[in-house]
Amino acid sequence: MYVLEMRGISKQFPGVKALDDAQLFLRPGTVHALMGENGAGKSTLMKCLFGIYRKDSGEILLDGKTVAFESPRQALDSGVSMVHQELNQVLERSVLDNIWLGRLPIKGIVVDDVRMLSETNSVFKKLQIHVNPQKKIGALSVSERQMVEIAKAVSCNARIIVLDEPTSSLTENEVEHLFTIIRTLKKEGVAVIYISHKMEEILAIADEVTVMRDGKWIATEKSGDLTKDRIISLMVGRDLAKLYPPKTNKPSDEVVLSVRDLSGTYQPSINDVSFDLFKGEILGVSGLVGSRRTELVETIFGLRKKRKGEIHVGGKRITRHFPRASIASGLGLVTEERRATGIFPLLNIQFNAMIANIDAYARFGVMRYKRAAKDTQWVIDALSVKTPSQKAAIANLSGGNQQKVILGRWLLTSPKVLLLDEPTRGIDVGAKFEIYQLMIDLANKGNSVLFISSEMPELLGVADRILVMSNGRMAGIVDAAKTSQEEILKLAAMYI
Amino acid sequence: MANDNRKAADTKAKLSAFLIKNALYLVMLILLGIIVMISPNFLRLQNFYFIVTQSSSRIILALGVASIIVLGYTDLSLGRSVGMAAIISSSLLQAVNYSQRIFPKLPQLPIFVPILAVMALCALFMVAQGLVVSKLKVAPFIASLGFQLVIYGLQSLYIDEFNDSSPIGGFDPKFSRFAQGAIEFDNFRIPYLILYALAAAIIVWFIWNKTKLGRNMYAIGGNVEAATVSGVNVVANILIIYVIAGLMYGFGGALEGARTGSVTNMLGQGYELDAIAACVVGGVSMRGGVGTVVGVVTGVLMFQIINYGLVFIGVNPYVQYIVKGMIIILAVAIDSQKYIKRK
Repeated sequence: MYVLEMRGISKQFPGVKALDDAQLFLRPGTVHALMGENGAGKSTLMKCLFGIYRKDSGEILLDGKTVAFESPRQALDSGVSMVHQELNQVLERSVLDNIWLGRLPIKGIVVDDVRMLSETNSVFKKLQIHVNPQKKIGALSVSERQMVEIAKAVSCNARIIVLDEPTSSLTENEVEHLFTIIRTLKKEGVAVIYISHKMEEILAIADEVTVMRDGKWIATEKSGDLTKDRIISLMVGRDLAKLYPPKTNKPSDEVVLSVRDLSGTYQPSINDVSFDLFKGEILGVSGLVGSRRTELVETIFGLRKKRKGEIHVGGKRITRHFPRASIASGLGLVTEERRATGIFPLLNIQFNAMIANIDAYARFGVMRYKRAAKDTQWVIDALSVKTPSQKAAIANLSGGNQQKVILGRWLLTSPKVLLLDEPTRGIDVGAKFEIYQLMIDLANKGNSVLFISSEMPELLGVADRILVMSNGRMAGIVDAAKTSQEEILKLAAMYI
Repeated sequence: MANDNRKAADTKAKLSAFLIKNALYLVMLILLGIIVMISPNFLRLQNFYFIVTQSSSRIILALGVASIIVLGYTDLSLGRSVGMAAIISSSLLQAVNYSQRIFPKLPQLPIFVPILAVMALCALFMVAQGLVVSKLKVAPFIASLGFQLVIYGLQSLYIDEFNDSSPIGGFDPKFSRFAQGAIEFDNFRIPYLILYALAAAIIVWFIWNKTKLGRNMYAIGGNVEAATVSGVNVVANILIIYVIAGLMYGFGGALEGARTGSVTNMLGQGYELDAIAACVVGGVSMRGGVGTVVGVVTGVLMFQIINYGLVFIGVNPYVQYIVKGMIIILAVAIDSQKYIKRK
């Protein structure tokens, strides 16, 4: 009946319960969508299946037999393959080597390059992928790399294929192409687990939908019985009307941040981007993966060099273009990768909160901790950070609370403009709401926010206008109240 | 207009990429030019014959450690492993009629027995080190630093116990010929040393380019996460690479012992740095995942040419250190430019 059953799966990480009694039942020859907001536990559940993580409890049955994969090797040998969200590829090696990694065919003691090439060509032909298999994978575009990963999973002749956010870097045409591939696989009896949070895709391709929230199983239903609204309310677990706080901020017509013809030095990067951000405004930034949204804010902030262009903050032209000077002129940047470039994981909350504003707490280079402690307490109270004390290591907090500390870090520098790069990624629904509220409160107080997000509903719900990036260029700015997801997607594909 | 700008920037980027890629060779050529200008005699075939011969055992050792660097690791125990292999193999291969024989009652061993034995011994130590770095996740720098101390201690105990810490000499002529012999033609001779180096280069080239092990090595060095999720047995591959490196250290050690003719427990000291430097000069990235056999061989030869050339024109030995040190720094700086994420 089921090719895969996962029951009562739990998994604890330091400071967060990633999976709590989660379950999933997969029928052969079907597409099963796994849905939930960022941080709902979808990827973690799949990593437990694939042997990357060890589950703390629960059981996994493949064809009715209990399995407990201890490594991806064992999962692959049992016919489970997975396309990872983070595109795990060896960039310095060829497409061929990457596709066959872990199962290189040999002839005697020599790797059989001829067979690799011919089999790869036939897989590419079957899937209509037009990529030279002998090219270095690092030289491909993100969407080509994505398609290569999918081809790799298909070429394993797996019975279960997990696709983790496979469309995050694909244009509409490429998504259609992927769907054709998935339908072919279905006919061959392959079961596909499809992780996404894009409603239209799910309703178009999935047979069944399982929704997760905060690491828990919420529901499994036939996709024909579902509507967008129903899925959203299952995913967020509260009334649609209360998903986003009321938009009370009123943008003025005073320009706070003006960017003209901004281009990055080291291409691929942004090219000729111009826009204005008004006082009290929340400007969303949308685009596909690889559209250089992150490069946009990092170039504005001076973390990346600009080849040309002008940046004005509060009417003053930025002449010294590096982070320290940007902070002084009133910019703040919450980076995308909280773990890699946001937190100092082993250091305490106080250090993490004060570090961007450290000059204010030092006298002749000697720290004065009293004021730092007072300000940290303000961060904890104002953003309702849940922590036992200021001295707790930030790594022990949940993702949402870590993010609040990082936001607090920038509020302490009293910025005119906050640049937020995917600020709600990997945090729970409640914390998301609080961060939206905080953004609106800031805008109400006359600050301005530039807000990058991959989740379109959140842009539509929180932003005043949305700037759409496409392949490093600005495709347009739309009014959030009047636009639609379709219009934004069309703009996002403009320069591809 | 914007397009033209971008094209110009592209051309500029390509030019600087070319310069970065070849800067080291350029610097080496300039150095060579200076040496030749000071002493045109340097270009005589004789000198290059010496250089290639002297490079031979270094090539074997550099190729041994190169695989480990391609894995993204490093190994400082090379030098002491070489010393240990030299001491043990030479102590077992003294001529039977030599009066100060360490083991007087030892029969004349066929030379391949002690040589294979020290290769196995070095491989054994490398298995241990491989386990420590791959299973216990000790940083390779620290693990190999520890191992080289252990090895040095053991070999010093050995030489103290049996030979009163005096140099080991009086080798079986066959053992001396193993390193010093040559295939002779009428007026031309090819030293065995060159043949060993050539064989090592071919074997390593084959492993790196033609075998599964080689592909896995590049993958582990390039992106260990990708290798793991693709089902590569990372630990097993690391261990095999370490074993091969150990075998090469053992062979190179026996060779160095036979070549020098008199072995103290200082033999091998600092060899690891020369080998690693040659790899880096030859384009093996310390970040892992990148490197070629031709590059490593070229790296050793270039280093040796400069070394020999500086001696040839009579540069103060201390100045030679300075030049070598600067070349190494330059090599790594250039390597970093290649892989740095420009923002």
